Amino acid sequence: MEAEAKAARRQMIADVLAEYPPKTAKKRGKHLNVFNEGDTDCGVKSNIKSVPGVMTVRGCAYAGAKGVVWGPIKDMVHISHGPVGCGQYSWGQRRNYVSGAVTGVNSWVVMQITSDYQEKDIVFGGDKKLVKVIDEIEAMFPLNKGISVMSECPVGLIGDDIESVAKRKSKEIGKPIAPVRCEGFRGVSQSLGHHIANDVMRDFLIDPAANKEDPSFEPGPYDVMIVGDYNIGGDAWASRILLEEMGLRVIGQWSGDASVAEVERGPKAKLNLIHCYRSMNYICRHMEEKYGVPWLEFNFFGPTRIAKSLRAIAEQFDDKIKEGAERVIAKYTPMIDAILAKYKPRLEGKKIMLYVGGLRPRHVSDAYGDLGMEVIATGYEFAHNDDYQRTTKYIKDGTVVYDDASEFELERFAQALKPDLVGSGIKEKYGTQKLGFPFRQMHSWDYSGPYHGYDGFAIFARDMDLAINNPVWGMTKAPWKKAE
Amino acid sequence: MGLRQIAFYGKGGIGKSTTSQNTLAALAELGRKILIVGCDPKADSTRLILHAKAQNSVLSLAAEAGSIEDLELEDVLKVGYRDIKCVESGGPEPGVGCAGRGVITSINFLEENGAYEGVDYVSYDVLGDVVCGGFAMPIRENKAQEIYIVMSGEMMALYAANNISRGILKYAANGTVRLGGLICNSRMTDKELDLSEAMAKKLGTQLIHFVPRDNVVQHAELRRMTVLEYDPECAQAEEYRKLAKKIDANGGKGTIPTPVSMDELEDMLMQFGILKPDDETIVGQARNKAVA
Repeated sequence: MEAEAKAARRQMIADVLAEYPPKTAKKRGKHLNVFNEGDTDCGVKSNIKSVPGVMTVRGCAYAGAKGVVWGPIKDMVHISHGPVGCGQYSWGQRRNYVSGAVTGVNSWVVMQITSDYQEKDIVFGGDKKLVKVIDEIEAMFPLNKGISVMSECPVGLIGDDIESVAKRKSKEIGKPIAPVRCEGFRGVSQSLGHHIANDVMRDFLIDPAANKEDPSFEPGPYDVMIVGDYNIGGDAWASRILLEEMGLRVIGQWSGDASVAEVERGPKAKLNLIHCYRSMNYICRHMEEKYGVPWLEFNFFGPTRIAKSLRAIAEQFDDKIKEGAERVIAKYTPMIDAILAKYKPRLEGKKIMLYVGGLRPRHVSDAYGDLGMEVIATGYEFAHNDDYQRTTKYIKDGTVVYDDASEFELERFAQALKPDLVGSGIKEKYGTQKLGFPFRQMHSWDYSGPYHGYDGFAIFARDMDLAINNPVWGMTKAPWKKAE
Repeated sequence: MGLRQIAFYGKGGIGKSTTSQNTLAALAELGRKILIVGCDPKADSTRLILHAKAQNSVLSLAAEAGSIEDLELEDVLKVGYRDIKCVESGGPEPGVGCAGRGVITSINFLEENGAYEGVDYVSYDVLGDVVCGGFAMPIRENKAQEIYIVMSGEMMALYAANNISRGILKYAANGTVRLGGLICNSRMTDKELDLSEAMAKKLGTQLIHFVPRDNVVQHAELRRMTVLEYDPECAQAEEYRKLAKKIDANGGKGTIPTPVSMDELEDMLMQFGILKPDDETIVGQARNKAVA
């Protein structure tokens, strides 16, 4: 990018910071940057406490542990342990599609319930109620293969001993019960919740099952595990199909559409394939250290990255799989050509501004690139420094990078950069649209999807076209501009 | 007279409940109508008045009924010696739940249900130290106007008195709570009276009464009675009457306490010979390394 244009973007950041009180400006200044090609990271600080009052977009540890990692496991019942407020979101789970569930009826959601703490539970401790809830789950959903207990804040404040209840009841019902200490006040964002959830998964599912006989499972030479795919709108299914077509056997998906058995057999994979590095790298590292299972990051957004990933995965196996990868790529090339022929002319040259969680701000950028679009600004809610290092391989010189951006910053950047599309979350959606910018939710795929894999790319391209080329944007005009 | 709200604080085991019940019994003798609110999960703040170990507490009944809204005032209010009304807040068994939240819950319940109507005094008896916000409830705005700290000449009791004063100071700026005075419940330690007076001076308050030690208190307690009821003629009963009269006359005379730093407190204890100065040369020395 030309030095002048880059300077203009730096000035844009300076203008936004100038609106803050000096102390806030100093703090936020470290989280905003214009990327210089060749740098080893994005030049922003990350994983630091949000500045009070800036209206951060971040979630909490409970959201990370329950909403992301544990909540999608389909044959468990997940207890939001605490008052009903957070538990409201027990039903507000992401669209982690599942096939079959503990209710005995096929459904699109995993059973999420809340213990609904009352005042007396705070005063006398919620352990008795937890026992009761577990008993009720066993009676009502006997098909469950385990239970998770997700702590809300008050559980940590009053020191409720969920571990001892879990231990006792687990012995009683003969199924794993995982106590997850993900109180919302812990850590700076949902990221710590992911880490805590990974650790509990290690201690209560993976390690205890390591020596368990599983006659139903016969290991094979091509066994792989998909890790960090939450099956939003069916993402994991669209990924799985490619791996299977190239000759691999997918022995489990974590944790979208996952079962307890799939999680337990994690260490038996020949290779762990991780999509969302931020939320599940911890468990991959553990399986590598303890069970010697290697892991590989991959990216199934858009044909360029899919082909690259398929080949990298095949590299870990024999010629049969390598041929399989080429076969798969060749098979889908005509389909991709058709998609590009249809949508690229409509999307070419469009500029995108992204602000998502811990993976997609970089992972989707080449999918846009495949359509001839360009990510001009991107950032993460809860990424760490290693994510920003990885981001450098995706973004171009002069890209605006923001960490833990506030609503104010996003609004001002959008107004200055005038992107053709903004991709972020539900909280950002309507404000952005009211500013006159097309918008797509990039956490939930705006209730569409899948976006992973070749099948997902077809939907991704269609959705972006729908958003950007919607005729509604030609009809909006501010009332005060009507006279012009 | 208007409603007087007072509270007794102090180190655990110092004799808060005994002192407060005897004093309140003496106030009742003066014709004052009294409500005692026990704010200790042990629920033993009213046993000398009721002759009963622990009555049904607000919180245990609320838990049984399902929620606090299901309770009626009559369920929890008991009447004892000289028509003193008694309520125990209660709380969880040790090691679980949140006793502090329990205090907040029950005090709110009592206020909302008119427990304070028709009485001259509401007295809160609060456990040990102000360990969290819940146990500070009685000293927050529009609750107790005067706090009486029960203490003795022992070091830990003085530490606690200073700490409680810090709690009062925190709320005094925005509210009406004041320190009414120190009550020394004598443990017969050296220079106890002098020390108590010096401590009161440091805290910017008065030693409102020095209650001497007397075995009759234990005799009465074995019978689950106050001294006032067990042996109204004895000298100890007279001491409680004196304290009761002083408290009765002390309305509105409380002060904002001036708690001292740890160093200052330790200096004072050293002056009285209760604390020996630290020998810096032996700090961190294991026994086998020490030079004799």
